[in-house]
Amino acid sequence: MSNTLLISLAVLGILGGILAVILYFVAQKFKVEENPLIDEAEACLPGANCGGCGFAGCRALAEACVKQAAEKGNIDGLACPGTDMGKVAAVLGLTAAAFEPKIAVVRCNGSCQNSPAKVHYEGADICAFANTLYAGEGGCSKGCLGLGDCVKKCNFDALHIDKETGLPVVDPDKCVGCGVCAKNCPRGIIEVRPRGKKDRRVYVCCSNTDKGALVIKNCSVGCIGCQKCLKECPFEAIEMRGNLAYIDPAKCKACGKCVKVCPRGSIHAINFPAPKPETPALQGAEPVVKPQPKPELVEVKTEVKPENTVTA
Amino acid sequence: MNKYTISGSPHVHSTENTQKIMYRVLLALVPALLVAIYYFGWYALRLTLVSMAACMLTEWLIQKFLIKGPLTINDGSAALTGLLLAFNVPANLPIWMVIVGSVVAIGIGKMAFGGLGKNPFNPALVGRVFMLVSFPTAMTTWPKAAPIFDKGFFADAVTGPTPLGILKEAGAGSLAQAGDMQFLDMVLGNRGGAFGEVCAIALLLGAIYLIARKVIDIATPLSILLTVFIFTGICYLINPANFIAPWYHLIYGGLILGAFFMATDMVTTPMTTQGKILFGFGVGVITVVIRLWGAYPEGVSFAILIMNALTPLINKAFKPQVFGVVKPAKK
Amino acid sequence: MNPIKTFPRGGVHPEENKLSANQPIQDFPMPKQIIVPLGQCLGAPADCIVKKGDRVLTGQLIGTAKGFVSANVHSPATGTVAKVDVVMDHTGYYKPAVFIDREEQDEWVEGVIQTDELLTEIKLDSKQIIDRVKDCGIVGMGGATFPTHVKLMVPEGKKAEYIIINAAECEPYLTCDFRLLLEKTQEFLVGVKILMKAVNTDKGIIGIEENKMEAIELLEKTINAHRDLYKGIEVQPLKTKYPQGGEKQIIKAITGREVPSGKLPIETGCVVVNVASTYAIYEAVQKNKPLIERIVTVTGKSVKKPCNLRVRFGTPANLLIEAAGGLPENITDVINGGPMMGKSVSVTDFPCMKGTSGILLMTLDEAQDRRQTNCIRCGRCAKACPMGLQPFLLHKVAKLNDFDETEANHIMDCIECGSCEFTCPANIPLLDYIRYGKAKTGAIIRARNQK
Repeated sequence: MSNTLLISLAVLGILGGILAVILYFVAQKFKVEENPLIDEAEACLPGANCGGCGFAGCRALAEACVKQAAEKGNIDGLACPGTDMGKVAAVLGLTAAAFEPKIAVVRCNGSCQNSPAKVHYEGADICAFANTLYAGEGGCSKGCLGLGDCVKKCNFDALHIDKETGLPVVDPDKCVGCGVCAKNCPRGIIEVRPRGKKDRRVYVCCSNTDKGALVIKNCSVGCIGCQKCLKECPFEAIEMRGNLAYIDPAKCKACGKCVKVCPRGSIHAINFPAPKPETPALQGAEPVVKPQPKPELVEVKTEVKPENTVTA
Repeated sequence: MNKYTISGSPHVHSTENTQKIMYRVLLALVPALLVAIYYFGWYALRLTLVSMAACMLTEWLIQKFLIKGPLTINDGSAALTGLLLAFNVPANLPIWMVIVGSVVAIGIGKMAFGGLGKNPFNPALVGRVFMLVSFPTAMTTWPKAAPIFDKGFFADAVTGPTPLGILKEAGAGSLAQAGDMQFLDMVLGNRGGAFGEVCAIALLLGAIYLIARKVIDIATPLSILLTVFIFTGICYLINPANFIAPWYHLIYGGLILGAFFMATDMVTTPMTTQGKILFGFGVGVITVVIRLWGAYPEGVSFAILIMNALTPLINKAFKPQVFGVVKPAKK
Repeated sequence: MNPIKTFPRGGVHPEENKLSANQPIQDFPMPKQIIVPLGQCLGAPADCIVKKGDRVLTGQLIGTAKGFVSANVHSPATGTVAKVDVVMDHTGYYKPAVFIDREEQDEWVEGVIQTDELLTEIKLDSKQIIDRVKDCGIVGMGGATFPTHVKLMVPEGKKAEYIIINAAECEPYLTCDFRLLLEKTQEFLVGVKILMKAVNTDKGIIGIEENKMEAIELLEKTINAHRDLYKGIEVQPLKTKYPQGGEKQIIKAITGREVPSGKLPIETGCVVVNVASTYAIYEAVQKNKPLIERIVTVTGKSVKKPCNLRVRFGTPANLLIEAAGGLPENITDVINGGPMMGKSVSVTDFPCMKGTSGILLMTLDEAQDRRQTNCIRCGRCAKACPMGLQPFLLHKVAKLNDFDETEANHIMDCIECGSCEFTCPANIPLLDYIRYGKAKTGAIIRARNQK
């Protein structure tokens, strides 16, 4: 009995030893020499392999950074949208451009209430397909289809469809601004914008470039291209794209004036304190102009707390 | 005004659905069930009801409390699993055993993979094989068929050997001598065995109905039966003293039940006709090998399960020829 | 009668429901204002060449083709251009269109022969015919709206042996082609002769499903009565099976040749043209009439008076529905085209166009329950696929966005006939996913070819 045990032990032990030796030599023989900097640079990146940087994954970006640093001495043009590239630059002994945290913004507020369904969709849950089939349940041909292509593609679980509104909602804590959702929206509704100072940002929550009359038909909060905001803006940050106002984030100072003049409530201001005449954020505003008590606007404001600042 | 529906074409659909397919198979098994009740009385009916109820309850509980998804208890698939499971066990099996088998069949055989359509193995056979290896004695103690008009509906069964059991024990010679092993009795179901498999006529009746309604494809059963017939026929021709005639092999054991009702399960068998023929060939060969040389007297369940495992490969190998694509010449 | 032929693989047989088969074609009066969409063909919308306030005559060119697979658009009425704006088409999207305020009297442009007289002598030569077809804006009127002149231009090195007229009308419900065959038999046959002359062949085969026996008999009788005139034209009965009228299927059924994967039908020496287009070609070549009207079948089981109407383009569809007895109650599906390949509409006031072969109104019962359940891997979709594809597999890989697999499994060969989805017992929207996969895979292939 003990003999059997010993023999088994010995045979297996010797076998294991031999194999270990073989493995060691094989590993030595086929070892791939890699720049250790790549590992270090990769460690600074999120590791989600979202593809937002334009490379296949975080390691590919790290490799590109190391390569460019060696060849040109900088890492300009290479950036992970969700991370401060300064860390990577520090690893490589360089300095990088200042990091501006970004966030995805859904530019449609055509919820079940604001743009009531006129038809009923039955079929594959793919926006890209539904987009080829019809304009949308609410009738707006530029509005959100609500089937969640963006949600499915998000690598950070930062998007989900709100059951009440039928629209995707961005979780500001999780969104890194990689832009995968924007790429996968067949109607280009999602835009990646800078988070803004104190995480405050103002944007037009509509993507419809059609004429105002056609917008009004289908949606109660769509931009009609009246250009009031354009005239109001003291910084010339607003431009017209077709019949749609667009706020240039580079010029916008988040004063919030446009929000109040918009007759449709299409302009959303995020993370501003609740509208009171004395609020410091709206200092320049004349108290005569009454803030528009649009219900959905307040909703957005209360939904996101001002403390929510995610900067890497 | 009601809202118009927007959907991709086609806008009309056939009236076929999964539920109808399942209920048709259930209906096709009714003759065999009636015969089973005739021969095994109350025990057969009791086991069938318990097994079906246990399967449906298991599925309902899992969907309701574990998956929390839609309830598909009406689609008839769980009931069918229960019925097939019951058909594959001896009529005098203790009730609790068949409940355990049902839970395993649905819980492990089907729901663990994601429910209907996702399971690689036939759930009823998973349950059956589980019981066979867990309760070997109970699962191989077969009651003798005894018409209820002779003994009464609730009469206790007398146990006795199955034809294949006799074969395994004593070889072909003894079977020929056994007086009660008449071919006619075998076909009508007056023999020992799992209570659903005994009557070949009733099963074939159901099978013809299914083929006529295009629920099952004749390719698989035909391929199985032909393979078994040819294989055992060759053995018989080589040495008639050791092997019995091939036609006995066709009606003994669970071959008819397996070939027409288990090997035709859409979920776990190949899709193309060529694939089905290969599948049937595999089932036939494995069955005969187990019957003639294996440890168990009957091998249909194992054969089907083994071939179930190969189904994805067969599906990959046998794809339909695409229109306008010239097949690369075979060497 | 020739023996009945069919394509060998796949196919389904939906309920035929040819409710309007016995209804003669009626002329439908034009409304006060008509809205003519500029994008009426497969390709890019035509460029508008009229402006607000212009007076246009019936048949006058108002939009010129832009690009290779685009077609001209003509004014279907006499009147003044009210505006050039956008109009909501059947999908709910806004598309450019010309709004014309109509005058009571039709005033045709010069050179159009307005009599109903049958002209059998073909004066134009091959090239002139193709140019005329192009000028008159004729497209495939079965629904795909592919410009016909592109089909007729046989590429160099290829030879068109057969003109195949697709009179299968395999779509359930639709009867517009059938009625046209019965009522304009001679004109249609001259149209076939014109097509044969256009591609220089002496063989013309008309493929008709055998459920339209009346048309088969009438055509054979007419051909036999005028043997010299219609020499080379044959009638080929086909089995009633969907999609018998698929271009590749009808070629296979009639000639036994398979269009190679990824190639055009001309590879097999066949040019397939629809019945309505053939008649339009007759009108264009013999009468110089541009394509401004078509036959539309308005049908559905709950429709009071299913009918076949001759409609000028730009007439809103809801007027046609009124003519068929009004919108029945509980209509859940309004379809532009037939039930197998037509498109769901969001609004009923979309203008009729070159591809509007029918307006089908269905209740929930007719459309069948579409509750989706799990795939049970029954393989019926693969059996029903006329192209030998595996829809269940394509559905799965398209859902997973695995476009290498979709391409390897020949997703681009799908003809989108919908047989798979029709037959699926689990009611899975197979074709939706396949279309999605096809669009994505096609984009990837195009991007790769450009490199």
